[in-house]
Amino acid sequence: MTPNLHLWLIPILPLAGAAINGLFGKRFSRQTVAAVALAFCGAAFAMALWIAAQFSSLSLPHVEVLATWLRSNGFSVDYSFAIDQLSLVMLLIVSGVGFLIHIYSVGYMWEEGGYYRFFSYLNLFMFFMLTLVLASNYLLMFVGWEGVGLASYLLIGFFFLRDSAAAAGKKAFIVNRIGDFGFLIALFLMIKHFGTLDFQRVFDAVKPFSPETAGVGFLTAIALLLMLGAAGKSAQIPLYVWLPDAMEGPTPVSALIHAATMVTAGVYMVARSHVIFERAPSALMVVAIIGTLTAFFAATIGIAQTDIKKVLAYSTISQLGYMFLACGVAAFSVGIFHLMTHAFFKGLLFLAAGSVIHAVGGEQDMRKMGGLRKHIPWTFWTMTIATFAIAGIPPFAGFFSKDEILWRAYQASWIYWLVGVVTAFLTSFYMFRLWFMTFFGEYRGAAEASHGHDEHAAHGTHSGPGSRAEAPFHSAQGGSAPHGHGGIHESPAIMLAPLVILAVLSVVGGWVGWPGSLGGNNRFDQFLGPVFRVSTPAVNSEHAQAGESLPPEKETEGAEPKTGQRTELIFTGISVGAGLLGLFLAWLLYLRRPELPDQLAASLHGLYSAVAHKYWIDELYAWLFVKPLIALSGTVLWRGIDQGVIDATLNGSADGARELSDEVRHMQSGNVRSYAAWVAVGATAVIAYMVWVGLRTP
Amino acid sequence: MPDNDFVRSYLPLLIHFLLAGALAGALVLLSWLIGYRKPTRAKMSPYECGMTPIGDARARFSVKFYMVAMLFILFDVEAVFLYPWAIILKDLKRMGQGLFGLSEMFVYIGIVLVGYWYIWKKGALDWGLTISSPQAARITRVTRSGGSSQEPEPELVGVAGKGGL
Amino acid sequence: MAALQTMQGVPQAGDYIRILPEIVLSIFGMIVMLLDPVLDERRSQRTLGGIALLGAIAALAATLYQAQPRFWGFGFFDTVKLDAFSVFFHFVVIAVTILVILSSYEYMEVQQIRAGEYYGLVLFGTVGMALMSSAVELVLIFIALEISSISTYILAGFRRRSAISSESSVKYFLLGSFATAFFLYGVALMFGATGSTSIARISAALADYAGTGHGPMLAYLGVALMFVGLGFKVAAAPFHIWTPDVYEGAPSPVVGFMSTAPKAAVFAVLLRIIFEAHFSETVWLIWLAAALSMTIGNVAALVQDNIKRLLAYSSIAHAGYLLIAFASLPANGIPAAMFFTASYAAMNVGAFAVIGHFAGHGERYVMLEDYAGLGKRSPVLAAILTVFLLSLIGIPITGGFFAKFYVFSAALQGAHPLMGLVIIGVINSAVAAYYYLRVIVVMYMREPREDAPVAPISAGLGLALGLSLAATLFLGIYPNPVLKYAALSVGLLH
Repeated sequence: MTPNLHLWLIPILPLAGAAINGLFGKRFSRQTVAAVALAFCGAAFAMALWIAAQFSSLSLPHVEVLATWLRSNGFSVDYSFAIDQLSLVMLLIVSGVGFLIHIYSVGYMWEEGGYYRFFSYLNLFMFFMLTLVLASNYLLMFVGWEGVGLASYLLIGFFFLRDSAAAAGKKAFIVNRIGDFGFLIALFLMIKHFGTLDFQRVFDAVKPFSPETAGVGFLTAIALLLMLGAAGKSAQIPLYVWLPDAMEGPTPVSALIHAATMVTAGVYMVARSHVIFERAPSALMVVAIIGTLTAFFAATIGIAQTDIKKVLAYSTISQLGYMFLACGVAAFSVGIFHLMTHAFFKGLLFLAAGSVIHAVGGEQDMRKMGGLRKHIPWTFWTMTIATFAIAGIPPFAGFFSKDEILWRAYQASWIYWLVGVVTAFLTSFYMFRLWFMTFFGEYRGAAEASHGHDEHAAHGTHSGPGSRAEAPFHSAQGGSAPHGHGGIHESPAIMLAPLVILAVLSVVGGWVGWPGSLGGNNRFDQFLGPVFRVSTPAVNSEHAQAGESLPPEKETEGAEPKTGQRTELIFTGISVGAGLLGLFLAWLLYLRRPELPDQLAASLHGLYSAVAHKYWIDELYAWLFVKPLIALSGTVLWRGIDQGVIDATLNGSADGARELSDEVRHMQSGNVRSYAAWVAVGATAVIAYMVWVGLRTP
Repeated sequence: MPDNDFVRSYLPLLIHFLLAGALAGALVLLSWLIGYRKPTRAKMSPYECGMTPIGDARARFSVKFYMVAMLFILFDVEAVFLYPWAIILKDLKRMGQGLFGLSEMFVYIGIVLVGYWYIWKKGALDWGLTISSPQAARITRVTRSGGSSQEPEPELVGVAGKGGL
Repeated sequence: MAALQTMQGVPQAGDYIRILPEIVLSIFGMIVMLLDPVLDERRSQRTLGGIALLGAIAALAATLYQAQPRFWGFGFFDTVKLDAFSVFFHFVVIAVTILVILSSYEYMEVQQIRAGEYYGLVLFGTVGMALMSSAVELVLIFIALEISSISTYILAGFRRRSAISSESSVKYFLLGSFATAFFLYGVALMFGATGSTSIARISAALADYAGTGHGPMLAYLGVALMFVGLGFKVAAAPFHIWTPDVYEGAPSPVVGFMSTAPKAAVFAVLLRIIFEAHFSETVWLIWLAAALSMTIGNVAALVQDNIKRLLAYSSIAHAGYLLIAFASLPANGIPAAMFFTASYAAMNVGAFAVIGHFAGHGERYVMLEDYAGLGKRSPVLAAILTVFLLSLIGIPITGGFFAKFYVFSAALQGAHPLMGLVIIGVINSAVAAYYYLRVIVVMYMREPREDAPVAPISAGLGLALGLSLAATLFLGIYPNPVLKYAALSVGLLH
C-alpha cells in the first residue's frame, strides 16, 4: 500500500479560503483577505510540491477513494481522487501558476471594490480546477469542469457595472454549455457501454477494442463528443468566440483562467481520454484538423488587433490549437508539454500586459503606447522573455514544445506541419509587433494624457477594465497626477515578483523536454511516458508509431537515429527560421519603418513612394505578405468570418429562438376558452394516436 | 369472452333505464296529445313562479343564493351516503362487526358535523337582513363580526374546501 | 363499488397504519377548521399556521413510522398500497408542505391575508396528494386527485384583493375540471374494457387480452384520456397552457406548493399506471410530450420578464425532462423519475419562497427589473436564489444536476435507445441556462433599484430556505441514499 496522501485536501483548501472570504470577507481588511486567499492557495501549492517530492515512492496510478458518491443499479461513482504523472504535471501547473497569479492580484486589485469577492471567486476557481485535475472519474471531472465555467463566468463579469462585462460572462457560460452538452452525452454513452465512469475501469474496458478504422463506432462517437466539450472549454473552432470577449475580466483573471489553466482543461481531458481517442482514428483526425485550423485562423486574426489583451487572447486560442494538433497526431505528452510551457509564458504575457496597462493608466490600445522599455524595465525584460518564448526562439521554453509539436505533426502529415510553421511565423510576427509597438519607439499616448479618462469612458467597451481597475491603484502607488497618465511607472514588487518567477520558468521550463536531436533526452516525455504508453491499441496503427507509446529517440528512430535526427534538426531549423522571420518583419514594419503598414494599407500611392525608396525589398515583402495578410486578417477573417459569420450565426440563432419564443407566447392569449380549445386539440391528438395504436395492434 | 357475463350482469340496469325513459316519454306525449291548451304570456314563461325570467341576464344575485345552494348540495350528498351504509350494516352485524360499522358512521357524521359547525360559525348560514344588495350584505357582515371582514368570500372558500374533503 | 364486491372483512389496524399520514393530516386540518371561526381573525394566522406546521411534522413522523417494511402491503381492500414507492412520495409531498407552511407564515402577514382556512386547505390538499401516491385503484386515485385539485384551485385565488389571483383561480378551476373530466372518462372506459378499476387487475386483464378483439381499443382510449387528465395536472405540453397564467396570479408560496407537491403525486400515479399496467405503447406519446414540453417551456421562458411566469415555463420544461424517464425502462426510469421529483421539489419550493419574500406587499416586485442589484441589497437571499437557479440549470453539486443526469442516463440505457430525446433534452438544458442566468445577471450585475425594498427574513422563512437549500445541496453532493431508496421500489412496483 502506498501512503495516504489526503489528496482531497488539495482542492478543499482553496474552497475553505473561498468560503471564509466569501462569508466574512466583507468585514476583513484588505490585508486579511489577501492573507487568507494566499494562505489557502499557497497551502494547496505546498501540498502539491510535497506530493511531487514523494512521487517516486508511489505506485501509480495512486487512487484515493474518499466515499461512495452514488451507487445504483450496478453503476457507481465514488468521490475519489487520483494522481499519476499526467495529473501531477497539471497539479503543479495549476497550483503553482495559480499561486503566483494570486500574489500578483493582491497588488493589481488593491484599489478595486469587491476585493474579498474577487479573491473568494479566485479561490473557488482553484477548488474546481484542482478537482478537475485530480478527479479519478469522469463525473467528478465534470463537476470541476462545470465549476470552472461557473467561476470563470463570475470573474469575467466581475466588473459587472458594465453591460459588456455581463454580456461577455453570459456568452462564455452559454458557449461553454454547448460544449458541455457534448461532454455530458459522451458520459451517458460511457455509462451505457461500459457501465462506469471511473477512468481506470473505462480505459480497461476500452483496451480490448481495436481501432475503429473502418466506419464510425461508438468509440468514435464518444471521442467526438468529448472533443466537442473540449472545444467549448478550450476555445477551439467553432466555439472559440467567447474567449476574446472574456478579456472583459480583470487581467489576472485572463492570465489565470483564460490563458494558463482553465482553457487548457480541454487539452487535459483529451489527453486523459487518450485511450479512447487512440481507438478512434477519425476522431483523432478531427482533433488534429480543428487544432491546426484554429491555430492558423486565430493567429491571422491576432495580426490585426490593436488591443493588447485581444492580441493575447487570439494568441491563446492559436496556442491551444497547437496543443490539440499535438493530441490529434497522438503526441499527447507533447501537447501537455506545450500546455505547461504555454502556462508559463502566456501567464507571464498576460501579467506583464496587466503591468503595462497599469503603467499607462488603463490604456489597452497598443497604438497609444510605445517606448515603454525605459519606464518599466522589469516589465519590459520579463515580457521580452515571454515574447521570445512564444515565438519559439531557442533556448526559451516555447521553442522546445512547439518544435516538438511540429516535428510530430510532420510525422503524421506534412500539411499539419506546413500550416503549423506558417502559424509559428505569424505568431512570432504579431507577438513582436506587440513587443515593438509597446516598448519601442516613441510614447504615443502622451498627447491624450489630459483627457485620457474621458476618452476611455467613451469607448469603454474594451478598454474599460483597465480604466476602472488600474487608474486608482496607479494614483495611489505613483502618488502623482490623479489622472493616471501623468507618470509612467513600474508596478510594485508584489506584482513584479510573479513576473520574474514566471520569466525564469519561461526560460528553463522547456529544458525538461530537451529533444534527442539536440543532445538531450526529453525527460518530460519519458516522465509522462507510462501514462500514455499503457494505452497502445491492441492492433497498431500508424498513429501508434508516430505517437507517444515509444520514446522517440529510443525506439521510433532507433533504426536510423542519425538520419532521423538530422531530419529533425532541419525541421527545427525551419521553425526557428520562421520565428526569426516574424521577428525581422515585425521589426521592419513596426520599428524601423513604422509608417509602412499604414501607408500600405492606406493607398497605392504609398506603395509607389515606397518602391522609389531605398528599401524596396522591404516593401516587396510587405506587399507580398503583410498587406494581404493584414487585409485578410482585418477585413475577411476578423470582420468577415469571426464577426460576420460566426458571431452572426450565434446571434442569429438567438434571434430565431426569440422569435419562436414570441410565437409561443401568442398561444398565451389569456382567454380561458382558447385555452380549453388547446387542451381539447391536444386531447384529440392523444386520442387519435392511441386509437391508431389500438387499430394497428391486432 | 370473460366480459360477456360481466355485461350481462348490467342487463337489469339497462331494462330499468329503458322503462324509465319510456314511462317519462309516454307521460309527456300523453299530456301533449290530450291536454287542453290555452296559452297566456305568463303561462308560456319557463317558470310560473319565482324570479322573473325576463331582463338582463347579468343581474347580480347575492352570493348567499349560491352559498345556500352549494351547502344544500353538499349536505344532501353527504346524507345520501347513509343509505348504502344502512344496507351494509345488516351484513356487518351478521359478520359480527356491527359495532365497527356503527362507529365508522359516527366518524363520518363527526366529519360532516365539523364542516357544519365551521360554516355555521363562519356565518355562512346567516341570511342577514337584506338579500338584494351586496353592499348591504357586507354591512351586515361587518357589524356582526366586529368589522374585520370586508368581503363575503371567506365562507365560499371555507365551504368549498370542506367539499373537497 | 369494487371495494364492496371484494370485501372480505373489516379493516384491520394495519390498514389504518397504511394511511396514517393521511389520517394525521385530516385530523389537524379539521382542528384548524374548528379553531378558525372562534379565533380572532387578525391573530389567528400565527396559531393556525403553528397547528398546521405541527400537523405536517406529525404526518412526516407518521410517514417515517409507516416506512418500516413490516407495514408494507395492500390496505383497505386493495385500494391502497404501502411500499417504498408510496413512502418516498409521502415524504416528498409532506416535506414540501412543511416548507410551504414555513414560508407562508411570513408571506400571509406581509400580504395581510387573514385566513385560517389557508392552512386547512394546504393540509387537506396534502391529504389528497399523499393518498394519490399510495392509491392503486382508479376511483380512489380520482377522489384523491380531486381533493388535491380543489384545494389548490382555492389556494390559487387566495390573494383576494388582486384580480389576477382570482383570474388565476377561476382559470385553474375551469380548465382543471375540464381535465379531470377527461381522467374520469378514461377511468370509465378502462372499467368498461377490463371490468375493474384496480390497477393490478387491469394489468392482469389486459395481459389476457393480448391478441383478442375489441377490448384493447377501449383500454387504449382509456389510457389516452387518463393521460390527458394527468398530463394537464403536471403541466406537460400540449396541456401546459394554463400554467403561466395560473402561476403568475397565485400567491408565491402556493405556486411553490402546486408546482411541486401535486406534480410529484400525479407523477406517482402516472408511474403506477404506466409501469404497473404495462402500457408500452405510450412510449412515443410520452416521447412527443416530453420533447414538446421541454422545447415549449424553455423557448417561451426566454422572453419572460415576470419571474413567476419564467418559472412557470421552467416548470413546464421540467415536466418534460421528467417525462423522459417515463419513456425509459422501469428499472432505470422509476428511480430517475423519483429522484428528479424530489430534487425539483426542493429547489422550486425554495425559489418560490425567495420570490414570495422579494415580492413584498401585494406581490408588487415580481418583474425581472425589480431584481436589479439584489446581490447588493440582500446578498444572502440573492445567493440562495442563485443556488436554486443554478440547480434548475443543472450545475453539478446541486440536486438539479443529478436529477437531469439520472433521467438522461436512464433514457439511454433503455431498450429503446432514446438518443434523440436525450439530445433534445440536453440542448434544451443548454438553452435554459440563458434565462436562469439572466436572473442571476440582473441580480448581480445591475444597479440596485432604490424603490424595491427587501424586508428582513423572518425565522420561518429562514428555516424553510435553509431546509430547501440543504436538501438541494445534499441531493447534489450525496444523492446515494435517496437514490438507493428510490431503487428499492423498482422491484415492488414492477
